[in-house]
Amino acid sequence: MKNKIEISGLEVHYEGKPALNRVSFDVHENEILGIIGPAQSGKTTLLKVINRTLEFVPEASMEGTVKLDGVDISTIGDVYGLRRRIGMVLPLPVGLPLSIYDNVAFAPRAAGLRAKSQLDELVERCLQQAALWDEVKDRLNTLGTKLSGGQQQRLTIARALSHAPEVLCLDEFSIAIDPVTTMRIEEVLKTLKKEMTILLVTNLVQQAKRLADRTAFFLNGDLVEIDTTDVIFSDTPTQQATYDYVNGTFG
Amino acid sequence: MFTETPIDRRKRLTENVMRIFLLIITSIMIIPLLLIIGYLLYKALPVLSFEFLFSNPRDNMRAGGIWAPFLGTIYLVVVSLLVSAPIGVFAAVYLNEYARENWFTRITNLAVVNLAGVPSIVHALFGVGAFVLFAGLGESILAASLTLAIMTLPVIIASTTEALKAVPMSFREACWNLGATRWQTIRRIVIPNSISGILTGVILQVSRAAGETAPIMFTGAVFYKAIAEGNLFAYNITEQCMALSLHLFTISTQVPDVTEGTPHGTAVVLVGSVLLVNAAAIILRVYLRTRKKW
Repeated sequence: MKNKIEISGLEVHYEGKPALNRVSFDVHENEILGIIGPAQSGKTTLLKVINRTLEFVPEASMEGTVKLDGVDISTIGDVYGLRRRIGMVLPLPVGLPLSIYDNVAFAPRAAGLRAKSQLDELVERCLQQAALWDEVKDRLNTLGTKLSGGQQQRLTIARALSHAPEVLCLDEFSIAIDPVTTMRIEEVLKTLKKEMTILLVTNLVQQAKRLADRTAFFLNGDLVEIDTTDVIFSDTPTQQATYDYVNGTFG
Repeated sequence: MFTETPIDRRKRLTENVMRIFLLIITSIMIIPLLLIIGYLLYKALPVLSFEFLFSNPRDNMRAGGIWAPFLGTIYLVVVSLLVSAPIGVFAAVYLNEYARENWFTRITNLAVVNLAGVPSIVHALFGVGAFVLFAGLGESILAASLTLAIMTLPVIIASTTEALKAVPMSFREACWNLGATRWQTIRRIVIPNSISGILTGVILQVSRAAGETAPIMFTGAVFYKAIAEGNLFAYNITEQCMALSLHLFTISTQVPDVTEGTPHGTAVVLVGSVLLVNAAAIILRVYLRTRKKW
């Protein structure tokens, strides 16, 4: 099993306040890694480290290394190229104030793609993967911000897929989506992992159980346990805290 | 059944009293403005004509029109905004979108806030030193416009910063996550969604630049200069010009036996032009707001 991401000794502080404490683990290629844990456990910070958007947070400081395909990401000169290799879906859906079409075509265009036919094809494929195409195919020129919350969330998923990422980070993607649509997207994710590695941050532990090959449990900035999902959700994970969280005894 | 209790009654009375009180306060503010404009129009009516606008002052400024000062003011305002608008907007974009919080940005922001509060006569003295004497521009439209530009620059930076801050941070983050550079984010998302605020801030400075007398009277405005009537290119920006604000001051206080109504007419043209530009700003703002996308 090849490692897609290797994280070692990762420490993040916000103005001296620790957010991640010496975290080390690997993400395998083409797996879905579920990341669970209560609020303030450092899950979102972890994603910001991976696509180097932590650099936009002035009060953050970071130690340790993160390697993507064996290359330390802090040494990558083309940070914009790096960010395009990583798809990011944030919990609060942000439709950019552009048309639905332009929302999805934003990243490819920023990367330099201009050909209309290729863009058309790409936009359709991404919207279909995000289970949004049927609802918007007749109004691609209306504003992305005019869509409902759940539709905007799927729009952000389509947007994250638009630059053909190698790693897809989903941070609470289903928070604004109804259960039926969530299931449709979960099916898509199972197919997508053949092409990419997926990091699934979720508060719904059952979602991790359904989708993840392996699951990592974070608590207060510490990686408590990482193992196959079967073990984490069994009656005998290594750590008592894991068992308590997964079974809803706390958190 | 609903019956009014004493408390309900008191609340209703207080509500009415407050509403009328606030209405009166607002009227006190508006009535003088209407009176001024009404009085000016009434006094100016005999002289206001097409010819008044398009002919030069005559008979040692005792009669005639206001073409030379009118065109001079247009020159001063246009040239000063051509300088201050781009510099102000780009500086604000840098400060708000690129610069990190450090001593340089803190000092710059401090300077912006303080410069906005400096009296215009101080700007005038700076203009004399920097542009007229040091840069060797002499007393000219260029020197006067640059002085006005220095005066309007801090306010343009401040208003542009406000407009940029109104664009939600989450839009920028979404763009960065998609691998867009800062400039791509600014050009595609930030500017299109703040342009109405930016333009409004710039256009409001027209009225300031047009109305000020102090910054221009030592740097490029003269009491009298005859130019070709009706020719929009009658001034050369390396030479001096007349200006409405200074002309109004001159004919009101320095020239005896001015034709009745001429100062009022000059004031009407000055106030009218400014109101016209402000009205254009409002229309532009409304138009751009209907295109606002969130």
